[in-house]
Amino acid sequence: MSRFLALLFGRLPIGWLQLTHSRTRFAAALAGVAFANVLVFVQLGIMNSMATATVKPYLFFDADIMISAPDANSMTEGGNVARQWLLQALADPEVATGTGLFIANVTWQRPTKALALTTYGVDPVQPEFLTGEIKAKSGTLQLQNAGLLDRFSRGLPRDEAAAIRPQTPLSFEASGTTLTLYDTFAGGGGFGGDGYMVVSDQTFLNLFPARTSGAPDHILLKVVPGADPDAVALRLRDLISDKTLRIRSYAAAAQEDLTYQQTKRPTGIIFGFGVIIGVLVGIVIVYQVLSTDVADHLREYATFKAMGYGQWFFLGIVFEEALILGVLGFVPGFIVATGLLTLMAKATTLPLLMTGQMAMMVFFGTVAACALSGAIATRRLAAADPADLF
Amino acid sequence: MAADDDFPIVAQGLNHWFGSGEARKQALFDINLRVRRGSLTVLVGPSGSGKTTVLTLLGCLRDVQEGSVHLLGHEVHGAKSDLLIALRKRLGFIFQAHNLHVSLTARQNVMMGLQVHGRIDPALADRAAAHALTLVGLGDRLDYLPDNLSGGQKQRVAVARAMVGNPDVIFADEPTAALDRDSGSNVVDMIKRLGRERGTTTVMVTHDNRILDRADRVITLEDGRIVADTEAAPA
Repeated sequence: MSRFLALLFGRLPIGWLQLTHSRTRFAAALAGVAFANVLVFVQLGIMNSMATATVKPYLFFDADIMISAPDANSMTEGGNVARQWLLQALADPEVATGTGLFIANVTWQRPTKALALTTYGVDPVQPEFLTGEIKAKSGTLQLQNAGLLDRFSRGLPRDEAAAIRPQTPLSFEASGTTLTLYDTFAGGGGFGGDGYMVVSDQTFLNLFPARTSGAPDHILLKVVPGADPDAVALRLRDLISDKTLRIRSYAAAAQEDLTYQQTKRPTGIIFGFGVIIGVLVGIVIVYQVLSTDVADHLREYATFKAMGYGQWFFLGIVFEEALILGVLGFVPGFIVATGLLTLMAKATTLPLLMTGQMAMMVFFGTVAACALSGAIATRRLAAADPADLF
Repeated sequence: MAADDDFPIVAQGLNHWFGSGEARKQALFDINLRVRRGSLTVLVGPSGSGKTTVLTLLGCLRDVQEGSVHLLGHEVHGAKSDLLIALRKRLGFIFQAHNLHVSLTARQNVMMGLQVHGRIDPALADRAAAHALTLVGLGDRLDYLPDNLSGGQKQRVAVARAMVGNPDVIFADEPTAALDRDSGSNVVDMIKRLGRERGTTTVMVTHDNRILDRADRVITLEDGRIVADTEAAPA
């Protein structure tokens, strides 16, 4: 290692030699950097999980345009939309089909815990608006009071979820109606509820007698092949008489929801702060590690300065140390953070994931913070007379 | 420039203060000094007389506050850091404390005295460092870390480091204090020989009588003033 670094720098690898001189101090410095990494990783993981969880239900449906009430900041918030606007939208030549989407919370009173299920009422004869497993299993929804359950619902034992099959359905009572679960799909808890459920629009109206088929929560549209959803949405804003409605492409709706969750909702803002605090604490730790190291070697640096070494030489040593600490501290930090996020994901069913993007950000952030800390720490050396430092 | 060649160090009207405000205290008073090329000049005096301060001012280790120091043809007072760095590269320092880097072996410490001059063939630097260490009697301790060397041995590594770069001027602060009789006189032999053969000028602070006897010139300081200046009769 030492020989390789010597060739790389064209000088003795002083940073490496002085870092590894005391193994315990080196281990402590690496632990500090690793801890800073873990801190930022966990905060980033939590923030990212909110984004993933917010976008998740949008993936259950396949649509090009979404029409929502003016106060519908997210999928589950806001009033409903009159079905007549769906009929008006279908008048546009580039709108192919449309459907209504009903959303409400159903509480499944279980012996140990009440499950809050975000429940979607969909038209079972229009499976083209569904995706994946839900689409494949939507046939059973045509049965009366039938439902598909998110098998990753928080508080639902895995074996119990696995037992729910068309041959062995499971029934429970909610708001005076007996619901029968014929199958499950892969959802995964979000911040809003414990899990998801999909039922037919008829079943939905049985569960919620106060709702009417004429006023779904959202209207989903599909455009004809080749048409641009954004352009069609823009045209529909002119076409539809109610000018207060939110009419935008499905992708834009998901993005609006995400922005709303991140900037307007307390949870999103708190998670954002968590990342900022994590980064600040991480920088302080890294600065402590580097500035302590520089302070410990001030006498030796002063000697080098007396011998005629310039400021670039000292910056070189510090950058060398920053790189070594950044790289070697990242490895344990990454491993521990991945383990922690996995544990947290298990406990909360939130999508807490280590992503490549996070890893890159934290890695380069750490090396940059190390280098900057070192550069600041060597300023004292630049200003002082060598004779004063001995 | 003949004068510069003959006198690599010329100090004129040097005054220096330590501390600030009420605590400000003058440490040096009107020091005037011309050091001849190739000579061994020794500064003596009681502790606190300003010997080390003079040494660090002449050696660009401390900013000159008042007066002039002309070193190797350049004015040091008010010089830019680039010039100071360039000048320091032409000097060799042997400090009272050995000031070796504890993470570097004896050989690596000496190599630092070479690498200051820029990239250098590692094999060549290796040989030069080993040679310098052999000259100070440490040929069998090349790859020892300072912690595994005795005080005298560390001091000799510092001597090798100061001389390996073939400096124009050597500044030494009590270089033989931690050395036994033989290694002490070896160091002086080496300094005398460098002076004779390469014209290396040495300014040294010492109390060592063995060195005083062999110095070309002895300057005595007291309370920040030069009180005596004796040149030895040419040998």
